[in-house]
Amino acid sequence: MEQKTREKVMEIRDLSITFKTMAGMVHAIRGVDIDLYRGETLAIVGESGSGKSVTMKAAMGILAKNSTVDSGTIYYTYHHDDGSPKTVDILKLKKRELRRHINGKRIAMIFQDPMTSLDPTMQIGKQIIEGMLWHKRATKAEAWEKAVKLLDEVGIPDPDKRMKNYPHQLSGGMRQRVVIAIALACDPDLLICDEPTTALDVTIQAKILELIQNIQKERGLSVIYITHDLGVVAKVADYVDVMYAGKIVEKGTIDEVFYDPRHPYTWGLLSAMPDLDTADERLYTIPGSPPNLLYEVSGDAFAPRNQFALNIDKRLEPPMFQVSDTHYASTWLLDERAPKVEMPPELATRIQRMEKGEVQHAGE
Amino acid sequence: MQANEPILKVKGLKQYFRTGGGFTVRAVDGVDFEIYPGETYGLVGESGSGKSTIGRSLIRLYDPTAGKIEFSGVDISGKMSRADTSKLRTEMQMIFQDPMACLNPRKKVGEIIGQGLDIHHLCKNHAEREERVAQMLEKVGLAPEHADRYPHQFSGGQRQRVGIARALIMGPKLVIADECISALDVSIQAQVVNLMKDLQAQTGTTYLFIAHDLSMVKYISNRIGVLHLGHLLETGTTEEIFENPIHPYTKSLLSAIPRPNPRVEKTRVALTYDYKVEGVDYNKGVSHHVGGHHHVLATDEEYARWSAQP
Repeated sequence: MEQKTREKVMEIRDLSITFKTMAGMVHAIRGVDIDLYRGETLAIVGESGSGKSVTMKAAMGILAKNSTVDSGTIYYTYHHDDGSPKTVDILKLKKRELRRHINGKRIAMIFQDPMTSLDPTMQIGKQIIEGMLWHKRATKAEAWEKAVKLLDEVGIPDPDKRMKNYPHQLSGGMRQRVVIAIALACDPDLLICDEPTTALDVTIQAKILELIQNIQKERGLSVIYITHDLGVVAKVADYVDVMYAGKIVEKGTIDEVFYDPRHPYTWGLLSAMPDLDTADERLYTIPGSPPNLLYEVSGDAFAPRNQFALNIDKRLEPPMFQVSDTHYASTWLLDERAPKVEMPPELATRIQRMEKGEVQHAGE
Repeated sequence: MQANEPILKVKGLKQYFRTGGGFTVRAVDGVDFEIYPGETYGLVGESGSGKSTIGRSLIRLYDPTAGKIEFSGVDISGKMSRADTSKLRTEMQMIFQDPMACLNPRKKVGEIIGQGLDIHHLCKNHAEREERVAQMLEKVGLAPEHADRYPHQFSGGQRQRVGIARALIMGPKLVIADECISALDVSIQAQVVNLMKDLQAQTGTTYLFIAHDLSMVKYISNRIGVLHLGHLLETGTTEEIFENPIHPYTKSLLSAIPRPNPRVEKTRVALTYDYKVEGVDYNKGVSHHVGGHHHVLATDEEYARWSAQP
């Protein structure tokens, strides 16, 4: 990856979002910075309620009505048809402009459950061409022809016949392929996948991910994955952002986050994954559950669940400490005054084993 | 593994559903397996393989089309007497996938958990019932005060604990856990699986653990059965299945497990398996004994070919 040619597609700075609910104000996003470069893949990892989906919904401009953006910018850079670049702040765009120029056309999103993102009363062909008719002003015949090609591209056999099927006539994996075809219909340059495979079987999961990867390579797309599955992250991502309670607690390249994690939450996440290579009787668990963001978080939000928590964690929120050029983590353990704390020994041996796995693999 | 009698014997279980237009869906098409007391049997397969249907037929949410189910010595596949039904309803319990969908939102958690006790008149008085509910809540890692709350006041993991408490309060011999962790977060999944293991160690309950996530199944199960299209393709102990898979479908399932290790995962290519391409007809296969508890469904020719492959 040459540093110089990297072009920023999306730059989110200091994003804070609050939801007004019956119970009170929920501070779902508390100052998030995200960078995405063209052609690269970013995975945002976190438990449900950590705010990963909300962040990406903000980037799509499809936040729920009861939300307010307290601060922040989301700069998105795209190219006009003639190649001239343009940068817009998505949060400042009017809904009309967003719908016409951005949503579906340049940024497309794939949701978790294909059955809820498809219209059950509409033939899938119609659903695929809808966007093309609207955004690209294509004629029906052109759009239809392209839709058949797309279905073929996403690996649906007999695309001609399938065009007239309804969603319920397809299996879950096929439906998700249709959703991907719809997302690709207007040739977007940024694809946001919100748990694209969680609702699918493992066998199909691998195929869908491989499909998205191939399409990404062919078309040079930038992709953001939102997921809680570290297996998915390991497979697809170049960069990883770990989110917890509305903040990014660790970010880095995939190797940095998986083999040299610095934040105790990342340690916990990595240890909690069932690993086929161990015969441990018990799984490691992170005690407790994520904080309720209805209440103001003082200090480090992860402190109550953190066995390595320092006294300062209760008072002051840790800043992002730099580990390397690309690797940052927000934990006081990285402060020079902090006591030296190593990751749990089980995780350390596991990482060693993981790195060895590579050696064996290379030797094959 | 165990020399004692199986708690559940399933022989030739078939569960067909008639759909409109004269079609019949053969959701489960002749499945044999046995579960021994105190063990955890994992049923894995993709969606549509019939794993949930088996669970539901066993607990008689469906009436099996054919086959015999014997549960602790009683035949529960045909018409059942009132006593047998009542025995089945107390001794076999189910934990469902989505804890929000399976808990009545209008009832307090204490009522939900205690409902089975009420129906079967298992408590002499109100105080005893309250006490048993409180004990159960503590066992699953909740506080007795939680009995007065409604399901929506809990987080996903806590709700699943309520689901587990509701099943276990009846003191069941067999618990069918139907995808009971797939709706939960990774760190919470681990908590629930550990809880289920602890409770099994305490009470000696038997689990039928239905899931599509093989890595979790490996953690919890003693034996595994691999289902595809209503047929049980391969069954054996966890080690036998993971170390020496015979059936190409099992191999493809194992190859598809995501590893949380980028260096392995980036280069991993999942094996594809298509029974049509391979020309495998499950109906022709017969059970071959590989060794130990390991059985594979295959024709003689297929068995020779598959077991020759590394």
